[in-house]
Amino acid sequence: MIEFKEVYKSFGDRQVLRGFSLSVQDGETVVILGYSGSGKSVALKHVVGLLEPDAGEVIVDGEVVHQLDREGLTRLRAKIGFVFQFAALLDSMTVRENLELGLKRRGLSRAEIDERIKEALELVDLEDVEDRYPAELSGGMRKRVGIARAIALRPRYILYDEPTTGLDPVTSAVIDRLIVRAREKLNVTGLVVTHDLRSAYTVADRIALLYQGRIRQVGSVESIRNSHDPVVRQFIEGRPEALADVEQAAGGVR
Amino acid sequence: MYRTLSLKVGNWLAAAGRTGHFLTDTARSVRDVPTWAGLTVAQMRRIGVDSVPIALFIAIFTGIVLSLQASYTFTGAVPLYFVGTLVGKTVMLELGPVLTGLALAGRVGANIAAELGTMRVTEQIDALETLAYDPLSYLVVPRVLAAAIMFPIVVSLAILVGIISGWLTAISLLDLSTVEFVRGLKLFYQFKDIWFGLVKSFSFGVVIALIGCFKGLSVRGGAAGVGRATTEAVVASAMAILVLDAFWAVVLL
Ligand SMILES: Nc1ncnc2c1ncn2[C@@H]1O[C@H](COP(=O)(O)OP(=O)(O)OP(=O)(O)O)[C@@H](O)[C@H]1O
Ligand SMILES: [Mg+2]
Repeated sequence: MIEFKEVYKSFGDRQVLRGFSLSVQDGETVVILGYSGSGKSVALKHVVGLLEPDAGEVIVDGEVVHQLDREGLTRLRAKIGFVFQFAALLDSMTVRENLELGLKRRGLSRAEIDERIKEALELVDLEDVEDRYPAELSGGMRKRVGIARAIALRPRYILYDEPTTGLDPVTSAVIDRLIVRAREKLNVTGLVVTHDLRSAYTVADRIALLYQGRIRQVGSVESIRNSHDPVVRQFIEGRPEALADVEQAAGGVR
Repeated sequence: MYRTLSLKVGNWLAAAGRTGHFLTDTARSVRDVPTWAGLTVAQMRRIGVDSVPIALFIAIFTGIVLSLQASYTFTGAVPLYFVGTLVGKTVMLELGPVLTGLALAGRVGANIAAELGTMRVTEQIDALETLAYDPLSYLVVPRVLAAAIMFPIVVSLAILVGIISGWLTAISLLDLSTVEFVRGLKLFYQFKDIWFGLVKSFSFGVVIALIGCFKGLSVRGGAAGVGRATTEAVVASAMAILVLDAFWAVVLL
C-alpha cells in the first residue's frame, strides 16, 4: 500500500504540494489528474525517495520513505517500477542495455533476462529496436521503452508518469490495455498520472484530482464523471473560460 | 550587513556539509565492488588512455623549451651538462605532473562534469536510482578510481617523453653529447624525484575526478546549468592542483 499523509513540498517560494493525502490499496490502479504544473510528477517522485517532503510523509508497505537509510531505499526501489514522463533512458546505452540494467541488478540469469526483454518490448508494441540508441528513436518510441524498462522488472508497484502523452490514439490504447493487464494478470498496484481523460477512464479503479496542492476529490470513475464539484467539472469538461467562476464558486480557495 | 554575513557563512557551511556528505558517501560506496568493478576499466580507457596524446604533446614541447632555455641561462658560467640536470629535475618534480594535471583538469574534469550534469538534468540519474543503482557506486567510484590509477601512469609517460625530448633537443640543437646530458641528468638525481611526481599526480587525479563528479551531480537547471557546472569544475580543479602542488612541496620536500 502507498500512502501520502499530509505531504507539503515547496521549491523556493513555490508551494507545490500543500497537504497532499492519498492512499493506494494493494492491487488497485489510481489515476491522478491535474493541471499542468500542479505537482503530479513531484508527488510521484516522493514515492521512490527522489524528493523528500518538507512536512508529512509517504508510506510504502508500512515504511516511511524519507526515513529509510540508503540500503532501505534500495530495497524499496527494487519493488517499484517508475515510468518517467520524459522516459529518462540512459543515452549512452542501447535499448537492450537500458532494459538489462534493472534486470541484472536483480541477479537474473542471462536466458531469463533475454526472455523478459523480448516480452516487455512486445507488450509495448516495439520490434527491432534492441540495438538502437535512444537518440535514434522517436519520442513515442522512447516513452514506450521507458514503460518496457519498468514492466520488465515485474515489480509490485508501477508508477506511470503520463504514459500515453504524445502517443497516437492506437498506441495509447495499447498502453492502456497494458496497464489494465498488469493489474489483472500480475496484480500490480498502479499509480498513473495523466491528462488523458479517456485513458484515465479506461485504466482507473479510482480517480483523484490534484488541485492547488491537495486532492480535491477522489472516487470511482463514475463518481468523478458525475461530480458536482465545479472544479472537477471544469477539469473534465475542459472549459478554460469557466476558470474565474470556478474560483469563486470554490469559495475563494487560494 | 550582519545578516548578509551570517547568511553567507550559513551558505558556506551548507556547502561544506554537502561536500562532506558527498565524500563520506562516496567512500562508503567503494564497498559496493560488483557495481563499479566492470565500469572502472571503461573509465580507465576514457580518462587515461585517451588523455595520452595531449599529455605527450605537452611533454614534447616542454622538453624542447627547457633544454633551450637552460643552455641560454647557463652560457659560460655553468658547465653545459647542467642542461640535463635542469631538464630532468624540472620535468620530474614540477612540469610533468602540473602541466599534465592542468591539461587533464580541462579534458577530464570538464568531460565528467558535463556528462554527469547532462544525465542529471535529463533525469537519467533519477532513473538509475529508481532501478536500485546508487549513482555514487555506479558513476562516481569508477571515475575516481580510474583517475587515481591512470594519472600517475599518464604523468610517468609524460615525464619520460619530456626528458627524451629535452635530450634530443640538446644533442641536435646544442653543443652537447649524450654522455654529457646523461651525466647532468644523474648529477643530483634521487629516487624521491620519481615518486614525488607520482604521488602528486595521484592526488591530482583523485581531486579532478571528485570535483567533476560533484559539480556534475549538483547541476540545477538545463543546458545553462550544465555549462556553468563544467566551467566551475575546470576552474576549481585547476586551483586545487596548484594548492595541492604547494602542499606536497611543503610536506614532502
Ligand atoms: N526540481 C525542481 N526544482 C524546482 N521546481 C520544481 C522542481 N520540480 C518541479 N518543480 C516545480 O513544481 C511544480 C510542479 O511540477 P510537476 O512537474 O510536478 O508538474 P506536473 O503536474 O507533473 O505538470 P505536467 O503535467 O506539465 O507534467 C512546477 O511549478 C515546477 O516548476
Ligand atoms: Mg509531470
